[in-house]
Amino acid sequence: MKLSTLLFQFFQNGLVLLLAPLLLGWVNQCRAWLQNRSGAGLLQPYRMLFKLFHKDAVLADNASVLFRSTPYILFSCMWLAASLVPMVATDLPLSAAVDVIALVGILALARVFIALAAMDIGTAFGSLGARREMLVSFLAEPALLMVFFTAASISASTSLVTIVETIAHRGFFIYPSLAFAGIAFLMVLLAENARIPVDNPSTHLELTMIHEAMILEYSARHLALIEWASSLKLLVYMSIGFALFLPFGITEAGNWAALPLSLAALFAKLAVAGFGLALLETLSAKQRVFRVPEYLGTAFLLAVLAILIHYLLGA
Amino acid sequence: MAVIEHLPIAQQLLNLFAALLLLIAFAMLSQRRILSLINLFALQGFILTLSIADSAWLTHQNHLYYSAALTLLIKVIILPWLLHRLIRQLNIEWDVETLINIPTTMLIGIVLVVFAFNLALPISELSGTILRHTLGIATASVLLSFMMMITRRKAVPQVIGFLAMENGLFFAATSATYGMPMVVELGIALDVLVGMFIFGIFFFQIRETFDSLEIRHMEKLKED
Repeated sequence: MKLSTLLFQFFQNGLVLLLAPLLLGWVNQCRAWLQNRSGAGLLQPYRMLFKLFHKDAVLADNASVLFRSTPYILFSCMWLAASLVPMVATDLPLSAAVDVIALVGILALARVFIALAAMDIGTAFGSLGARREMLVSFLAEPALLMVFFTAASISASTSLVTIVETIAHRGFFIYPSLAFAGIAFLMVLLAENARIPVDNPSTHLELTMIHEAMILEYSARHLALIEWASSLKLLVYMSIGFALFLPFGITEAGNWAALPLSLAALFAKLAVAGFGLALLETLSAKQRVFRVPEYLGTAFLLAVLAILIHYLLGA
Repeated sequence: MAVIEHLPIAQQLLNLFAALLLLIAFAMLSQRRILSLINLFALQGFILTLSIADSAWLTHQNHLYYSAALTLLIKVIILPWLLHRLIRQLNIEWDVETLINIPTTMLIGIVLVVFAFNLALPISELSGTILRHTLGIATASVLLSFMMMITRRKAVPQVIGFLAMENGLFFAATSATYGMPMVVELGIALDVLVGMFIFGIFFFQIRETFDSLEIRHMEKLKED
């Protein structure tokens, strides 16, 4: 392994850590603008993390080791996932070891731990949130896998690096299958990141909450890690979306001169996608929890159609 | 499986249109409101028009332009207009139909699509047209419209299912054989139009007799 690729891996690891709260801040700021509020500013998530890291943690009496270790597990899973997805360049030493199926596995591992930790204290809200989270994710995961399989059968590889290189190299070509998979992926992204048609990220007081219900018992540094992990998760999903559907502008292996340009491309893509997410959340209303299986069933249907169309039309 | 790497843009567009037709067939299967069902039907006709015009341009078959124009006139303008007028007169514009379990219907739909794709593979090997890969999609949309007719309980959505099935057949004909002879196409178009008028009269008769457009009222032969 060359030193330059190793250095680049460290660069991406640092970049995602710093970039994730900024992305969350940008999405919240766009939402505020669209709702005619002035908003808290782009740096609010950083201030929030700073505040939480300087507080004293409060734990319930019956909290076990699981409860205390889950924030660290969650954070490391998301950090690992974020450093695997090619965002700026395809030259990632870690990415060679892990393909898209393992990536789904890493995300599932994080989910299992947060659900277990939510039930650990034994509060009503915790187990309610955990059950709903498992309901959403067990329906969203097959759809996500099908989206990955579509992209994998187009490029004949399950490695994200190869998928990016294949699709980016072909130039302009209409893939009906990728269009279907893209819509399915967007629906999964909204569901998995606790966004509006499925869950409302800005509420703590409703009986409809999913993600917030699971982390109600956490405070201080534990909460900070969980918040940071969920902003990393949003970044992971967005960059998977870019890697599969908009891989243009990602630097090829060894071509270091193009790096500033691809960084600019990444920032532009994230800015547009963040605004799009805020717009989508402002325009749509939250669904009833019982409608969620129908919503995710549609996502699964679209993803399966994508793979079928790929095999029929070859595109 | 076809390996399509450097196709002309027209054929790529044709594949896209075929995929969109399949998507609309699924959307119709899961749609609860009659009004949106009619709009989807008009959209299906419009995409059919685009795909026929596209294949005419691709294959230099000039008579396909006439079919495209005919499709645009009848299936995008006249039939949706007739249907809109009909549901306004019957006063069922905002009717919502309760469907049996949408996810299950969707899953059965996927099975149908797999079946249709397998069915179409040997046929498309025989056909020499460059559009043969879309035959599977055409078959799938025929079967999906058929299933829509089976699962609906009210008369108007069943008729829309019937019309959508005709759209699928038309697409199949274009993709397998570059369209039927002009006389046949004109005949079918007129048949559909006349059929729609007759259905319209039937709807009023059914409602006069049964006070509702639900098909299950007609299953009994005697009043009890």
